[in-house]
Amino acid sequence: TALLPIHTWNLPGSSMLNLWMPMTVTYIHLLLLLLDPSSALMSTQDPPPSLGNHSMDKNDVDEAEGHFTVPIAFRVFSVDYHHVQAPFEIVLWIMLASLAKLGFHWSGRIPAVVPESCLLIMVGLLVGGVIYGVRHTAPPVLSAEAFFLYLLPPIVLDAGYFLPGRLFFENLGTILWYAVLGTLWNVLGIGLSLYGLCQLGGWGLEEVSLLHFLLFGSLIAAVDPVAVLSVFEEIHVNEQLHILVFGESLLNDAVTVVLYKLFESFLRMPSVSGVDVLAGGCQFVVVGLGGLCVGLFFGLVAALTTRFTARAQVIAPLFVFLYSYLSYLTSEMLHFSGIMAIVTCAVTMKQYVEANVSEKSNTTIKYFLKMWSSVSETLIFIFLGVSTIQDVHMWSWPFVSSTLFLCLLWRALGVLLLTAVVNKLRRNAVTFRDQFIIAYGGLRGAICFSLVFLIEDFPKKRLFITTTIVVILFTVFVQGMTIKPLVELLDVKRKKRVLPTVSEEVHCRLLDHLLSGIEDVVGYWGQHYWKDKFEHFNTKYLKRFLIREDKQPKSSIVRLYQELERREQMGETDEGKRERSPAM
Amino acid sequence: MGSRASSLLREEDIEEIKKETGFSHSQITRLYSRFHSLDKGENGALSREDFQRIPELAINPLGDRIINAFFPEGEDQVNFRGFMRTLAHFRPVEDNEKNKDPSAGEPLNSRNNKLLFAFRLYDLDRDDKISRDELLQVLRMMVGVNISDEQLGSIADRTIQEADTNGDMCISFSEFIKVLEKVDVEQKMSIRFLH
Repeated sequence: TALLPIHTWNLPGSSMLNLWMPMTVTYIHLLLLLLDPSSALMSTQDPPPSLGNHSMDKNDVDEAEGHFTVPIAFRVFSVDYHHVQAPFEIVLWIMLASLAKLGFHWSGRIPAVVPESCLLIMVGLLVGGVIYGVRHTAPPVLSAEAFFLYLLPPIVLDAGYFLPGRLFFENLGTILWYAVLGTLWNVLGIGLSLYGLCQLGGWGLEEVSLLHFLLFGSLIAAVDPVAVLSVFEEIHVNEQLHILVFGESLLNDAVTVVLYKLFESFLRMPSVSGVDVLAGGCQFVVVGLGGLCVGLFFGLVAALTTRFTARAQVIAPLFVFLYSYLSYLTSEMLHFSGIMAIVTCAVTMKQYVEANVSEKSNTTIKYFLKMWSSVSETLIFIFLGVSTIQDVHMWSWPFVSSTLFLCLLWRALGVLLLTAVVNKLRRNAVTFRDQFIIAYGGLRGAICFSLVFLIEDFPKKRLFITTTIVVILFTVFVQGMTIKPLVELLDVKRKKRVLPTVSEEVHCRLLDHLLSGIEDVVGYWGQHYWKDKFEHFNTKYLKRFLIREDKQPKSSIVRLYQELERREQMGETDEGKRERSPAM
Repeated sequence: MGSRASSLLREEDIEEIKKETGFSHSQITRLYSRFHSLDKGENGALSREDFQRIPELAINPLGDRIINAFFPEGEDQVNFRGFMRTLAHFRPVEDNEKNKDPSAGEPLNSRNNKLLFAFRLYDLDRDDKISRDELLQVLRMMVGVNISDEQLGSIADRTIQEADTNGDMCISFSEFIKVLEKVDVEQKMSIRFLH
């Protein structure tokens, strides 16, 4: 059955019983309704040709009908499923995902060892297996459109809104270095070496062109923000390491988008000239900067709009979500990097929105963002599991294993080389342990999965799909599960869990001003110089323009002091402080 | 500008500064050009007005105190050696220096000396203690004008309370060091002087 075997572990009796009932009801519902093939969230528009049996669909519809009527003339009671089908099924999937997630946290020691993403994929595999067993056809596949348009934006928005701004900008150079050069290195490395191996290997893949391998390389090389987020959230490494890996996964979207589209269009063209490659290079700049500008624009407009929401406070959070989503969609429309746009939008508008809207609205924004991103993430992983169960896998031991090996190899080499160069320019060198975690934390996820389905059909496409799935499952399961013990084994620096004291804040601020001053004396345009220049510009122009007069923000020292006083008044001890500070 | 400036700086001087501060030859000559460009009066020493002419320093909340830190006690002029001695505090700490010469005394850019420099920004009267008033002054400069005096007072009280271990309502240098033990001072207080 599709019921999770959670009930076999020892749990507080009554509470588990309460959880049992809705779960059972939901699963039975889901099973019954999944007998009906047409589903809104699944790929009805863009199915890979070998997946989904179209001829069978019609028969199913005729059979299942969906109308259960009492056989008398006057219908007192009837069930009209088709009327509510689409939203009903969407809600049921979300319900399944959320209840599964609830279930894990009750299941004792498992969540401590296995990251949530793995458990969710396993649930997905289970559900997919059940569907396959019941219907004897492939279960529905996560449609690329649903993923890119509905499931990905909330996660990226949440990530961008809670991005530690200062740390991000301090490390921006390094992050860009890894994101741009690292991704390029990986793509070319994997693509070219796979091509070389296939030409020599005699695995029956000689006729696949170099461009196909490069295309494959471009989608499999990129680190996935969703996977990184879900795994790194649980291991609590030091903030600098976290921002390096996470920032890289966000910013490499621009490179991935460009390379993928580039190789795809090259595949369609009869011949490729040097000019085309050059144009591709320029396109990268356009895509990246374009996304940035779109995000900036919408961020500033959102900030300005919230200035006027004093009289309609309830809808203030809505503007945050609408403008962010709009920036994503606009960017996608113009073929810019949607992720960069939405992250830029969130980072830009955050300080002004926080100052302009009421406390309650701020809390609402926070909670809604967390909730949506959580739901999205859960759904993505479950669908990854479900979509793995298909009858179209093409397996090839040498190809799959060499792809896996090359992915790991190129990533490790890339990180080593790039760090060696960048350490000379950084104030704070990236240690070998951190480098190892950066290389090991290069997880792949649903973005590669969706991209591989979008490739135009060619003879070996199924092989690529299978390989991509294997790589994703390997990185999420093997790397995801072992990274926590490795972090502990290698004694990687962990995150400080307590709030800073007021003294630290005051003295650090003093040091900031001191360093800016010294940089001015020396005439060195360093980080402090630019930070100060921006702060000055911000205070003089932006804040005046974008924030209401009476809400001009106070210094961070004052805010920290007020926060600490508030917590002490509420009677929280040091223990309480430590529990509350992570995540939220 | 480059060649004329460096001709005024003698090789022996460079060697001495190198030994005292740890800067490299090229760093010293580059900083000398900077010194020279700031020195509008061309008398081989900088006055307070020369520093105040730097535009960004003028808008720095701690600008005056930073300028003050360059000038030795009671003097109004600082020569190039004094200039370099102050800047030496901000040299990044390099690993290969740690075992060099224990008898030569602590280098200027050690953690202790960096913290002492920062401590002296508060402690104007040089009594090796940061009193509540001295703290209030600095806080007022950093936090700005739209905070009431009582609130600022409470923040100052809390800052002292968090650090004060011997109950004298002042922050001594050792207490100051203790408060900042979790902060990566070596990294925070370093500038990459280009080679």
